[in-house]
This record gives sequence, structure tokens and C-alpha cells, in this order.
Amino acid sequence: MNSIGKDCDELKKQYDACFNSWFSEQFLKGRTDDSACAPIFRVYQECVKRAMLEQKIDLSKIGAEYSTRSEYEGAGSSAAGGKQQGSKS
Amino acid sequence: MVVTASTCRTETVFDYSWKDVVVAYWNRYPNPYSTHVLTEDTISREVRDGKLRSRRLLSKTNPVPRWGARFYNNLPVKIVEDSVLDPVKKTLTTYTRNLGMKKIMNVEEIVVYSEQPDGSTLAERRAFVSSQVLGFSRAIRAFGLERFKSNGVKAFNGFNHVLRRMFPHSHLGGQHHQPAIAAPSDLSVATSTTATSSISSHSSSTTDRLKGATKVGYEFFKSHASKIAQLFSVKN
Repeated sequence: MNSIGKDCDELKKQYDACFNSWFSEQFLKGRTDDSACAPIFRVYQECVKRAMLEQKIDLSKIGAEYSTRSEYEGAGSSAAGGKQQGSKS
Repeated sequence: MVVTASTCRTETVFDYSWKDVVVAYWNRYPNPYSTHVLTEDTISREVRDGKLRSRRLLSKTNPVPRWGARFYNNLPVKIVEDSVLDPVKKTLTTYTRNLGMKKIMNVEEIVVYSEQPDGSTLAERRAFVSSQVLGFSRAIRAFGLERFKSNGVKAFNGFNHVLRRMFPHSHLGGQHHQPAIAAPSDLSVATSTTATSSISSHSSSTTDRLKGATKVGYEFFKSHASKIAQLFSVKN
């Protein structure tokens, strides 16, 4: 899969390979130390951030926190369906 | 402001262990069923409280006809995917939504991948579609669930393709050869309309013109609502 930045493809490939091996060989076996791929991730991230800036992709409005919308979990679908979407965009 | 939201829920069972499914999850693009996904990047990732949290950015092609481009410029569409993976509970929760154009249409999808007692993996998918554009709001209500059902099947095919390629020998050989979409009784389709009566205080001639324009606009939106929802949905 390509990166959003054409010149990041190679870095992405290297990072993905590192992550995939760490994920199945370390993380899923209970070892949560994720420093192994940190150096390549840093370089790859710099490249992607540059590409995003060039393409004016702004994630700042999304917020820094990872969200999986846990408030939807177990909530009645009608309540979720009626949820106001406009306030956070 | 008019906000109409439509919600639907589907369930899919993968005949692979949860571990296989989550390993394949990070490698599910490219696959022959998702040629419209152009790029995929990890924006941030960390382990916190023993859980892997990732944010990824995806971009998709623009299947909108040229004459429609002025309505939805700024394409290809960007999609943000947040995920939390809990290796102890064996759950992966993903939350995707489109970036930008949220007033036209906001598509949010939550998928929870969890381990089943028989060793297979259940993907429970919820989609929330909303729009602040009057024509779209009604159209979204109109097209409702069907599109998401078919998207779910496509996503199932694409993911299964990747699973077969990655784990040719660990297929559980179970009973789930077809996409197991939840029975109609389990499907919840909820639509709610708020403040539809907000258009008022126009002179009668303006109202008539507005009515005419709305009707034309509605037909246009109706024919395109599903296309645009699909465009903003990464799971197809």
C-alpha cells in the first residue's frame, strides 16, 4: 500500500515490516515494549507529516486523543442515531 | 440546522482466530475488493495500559462523475481510522470517519472484532450517517440500510481474501462460508429527524420556489446519497 507522500513509500514499507513483526512476535505474546520500531517510525512520521502539510491535510480538528466512540458501545441505536454531529466538526 | 442520522448494524463472522484477524487487519490493503483505497499511513501509535492505540489516515479515489465534482471537490476523500487493540480481552475496536465535508455527509463506522467461543472472530459493525444538508438528510433516511449491507459483504470478501493469502492453513473450516449478516430482527435501523420544521418565515412565492428547488435537489441528492456514503466509507 502506498503512502500519502510519494517519497514516503519506502519508509512506510520499512516501518510496516518492522511493525508487523513486532506486533505478532512481541506484542501479541505479551511484550508491550514498542521501542524496537521507534527509530524508523520517527523518520517515516516526519515524511508523512511533511506530505500532509503539503497537501493541506489538517488533523488538528480531530483532536489528539484516539477515539473509538466508546459512548456508542451498548447505547441504544436510536440514541446514537439522534446524536448531534455538528457540534464537534 | 437539520441533522438527520441513520444508523445500522451488521455482524460478520470470520473463520479465523482473533489473532489471525488482527495480524491481517494491518495488512488488509491492497486487496482486489478495495482498489479504490489509494493510500494508508500510520499517523500515530502507542501502547498505553497494555493496549495498542493507532491512528491511521486513508485516502480513497473519487468515483463521482465529473459534472458532480463541483459539489464535492477536495477529493480524494481522506478517512481517519482510530483503533484500540486489547490483547488481553482480545478485542479490536476501530472507529473511522471522513475528514472534511462533514456538513454534506458524515459517515462514522465502528467495528469491534472479538473472539468467539468457537474460536472464530466476530466483526460487529455499526455505521452512523448524518448530514446537515436538507436534501441529503431525507435521502439518507431513504436509502438507509441497504447500501451498508452490501458494503459489509464487500468488506468481508476483501478481508477474507487477505486472511486466506496470509493464513492459508489456519482457516477453521467452520460453518461460516457466507457472510453472516445479522438477521433482520437484529438489525437496528434508527432514523431521527430534528428540527425539520426550521424552514419558516419565508414569503409564499419564495416558499414555492424553494419547494421546487428542494424537490429537484432532493432527487439529485437521493440518487447520489448512497454513492457519497460509499465514498466516505472505508469498509467497502
